[in-house]
Amino acid sequence: MEAAQIDPFVFRLSIFVLAIFVGYYVVWSVTPALHTPLMSVTNAISSVIVVGALLAVAVEFGTGADDDAALVSKILGFLALVLASVNIFGGFLVTQRMLGMYKKKETKRQDA
Amino acid sequence: MTVNLAALAYLIAGVLFILALRGLSSPETSRRGNVFGMIGMALAVAVTLYLAGIRDALTWGLIIVAVGIGGGIGAVIARRIPMTAMPQLVAAFHSLVGMAAVLVAASALYTPEAYGIGTVGSIRVASLVEMSLGVAIGAITFTGSVVAFTKLQGLVSGAPVVFPGQHPLNALLGIVMVALIVWLCATESHTAFWALTILAFAIGVLIIIPIGGADMPVVISMLNSYSGWAAAGIGFTLENTALIITGALVGSSGAILSYIMCKGMNRSFFSVILGGFGGEVSAAAGAQAETRPVKQGSAEDAAFIMKNAGSVIIVPGYGMAVAQAQHALREMVDALKEHGVRIKYAIHPVAGRMPGHMNVLLAEADVPYDEVFELEDINSEFSQTDVAFVIGANDVTNPAAKTDPSSPIYGMPVLDVEKSRTVLFVKRSLASGYAGIENELFFRDNTMMLFADAKKMVEDIVKAI
Repeated sequence: MEAAQIDPFVFRLSIFVLAIFVGYYVVWSVTPALHTPLMSVTNAISSVIVVGALLAVAVEFGTGADDDAALVSKILGFLALVLASVNIFGGFLVTQRMLGMYKKKETKRQDA
Repeated sequence: MTVNLAALAYLIAGVLFILALRGLSSPETSRRGNVFGMIGMALAVAVTLYLAGIRDALTWGLIIVAVGIGGGIGAVIARRIPMTAMPQLVAAFHSLVGMAAVLVAASALYTPEAYGIGTVGSIRVASLVEMSLGVAIGAITFTGSVVAFTKLQGLVSGAPVVFPGQHPLNALLGIVMVALIVWLCATESHTAFWALTILAFAIGVLIIIPIGGADMPVVISMLNSYSGWAAAGIGFTLENTALIITGALVGSSGAILSYIMCKGMNRSFFSVILGGFGGEVSAAAGAQAETRPVKQGSAEDAAFIMKNAGSVIIVPGYGMAVAQAQHALREMVDALKEHGVRIKYAIHPVAGRMPGHMNVLLAEADVPYDEVFELEDINSEFSQTDVAFVIGANDVTNPAAKTDPSSPIYGMPVLDVEKSRTVLFVKRSLASGYAGIENELFFRDNTMMLFADAKKMVEDIVKAI
């Protein structure tokens, strides 16, 4: 066997599998009181799919693919970008709003 | 070189997302965690814009308009949404992630050059596999979440929709889906892609409609998980580390939450998926009318009992949130504290309609989080407590879960409210709870029923104190 290159897919798969384990342990350490913010913040971060939307919008006309396909891609990317933006802003802001509500006894006494 | 730097930046974004979740281990660190998440997102977007090397004004215009529209809508929703509606909101947000995954996959199919996965007609097979998984899971997440949203929002009945041959049909569609994925990967046929998308949309509807309202906390968590796997699938297609890490995190997070919710209801994940729960049971329970006597009390009685108690544990349920009684409840607690009563709140894992929902509702009403305890932390304290004040909860206090093997909720963890000296039950009537099961607690000697709307009753108690 020659000094074969490892397929980059295998690297990505390794990252994926390790990230599942990281996720497993991190999520079990989340306090049950914050499970709702956990859901909204996981929702917000999964909109990092926005990177795909940006690449789709940025498709250039007249290079490689035919212009019809590029137009389709731009439209699909635009729609995906709108959806992902709703999620990014909505997800992070609603999480921030919720987390702002969690107060301790002492701090409450002070404002009272 | 630039590509490597970009890959590192995506990796950093992924790490920041991990820190965002890590912060949620306690309320003190959670806000900083959320900021890490925002920084990670900003970094991923900035790097992508840099890599794309956009020169034309049209593209910049499109991006600004899209982010402006989407961001504006998102910001307004985030500010206005009432906390009782969080489950619907999260379901709606999941649907957006699912749809975005479908759109991005389609765009990768039409212009693979932009993603560096080959050219039209000769996309790498590995990329096609990843793409088809991303689009299938994304499409299922989309329609599944839309159905969950309409059920939670009350646009359609929460009752499970079951019909003969449902499971064979779903199995058949699953097989057809696999066949379409093979066809797509073998030929890169656009027809196969769109057929797969439409079929996955249909499957998304079919797998959620048989699941009843009582199981919605599981469904939301499950769709959370799906949206993560869809994102991971697209992440492989785009060869993007940030997306792969995020997908894995969200996927496992949703799976764990589904598990916790299933355990909270003592239901197996499999039986939730098969659906039908909450329909036939309530029909059976409705048949037998209950005529045993109950001890009934007034707001004044309740106020007297609690004022003279040493300790009170409050057991809130979703009914309290429906009646919007949480603020009145906090006032009642403040009044009781002035009389030197020790107060704690006991939360059942499925007290709300999504994981942790009740905690948010109490936090919104300015209840300090260190007075709020989870089931396993507080259950042993009921026996040393003078009064358990149950408001808007029912099934989660039902001792039948411990004693009656024939009960549909047998084995479900419940709060041992009956061990406290007195149980006060605020309820509109003797009607059974969400799961449709009779609660024998109502007829015990140490139970006093307070029949009224939760908010009105609590306000009356405040006056009486």
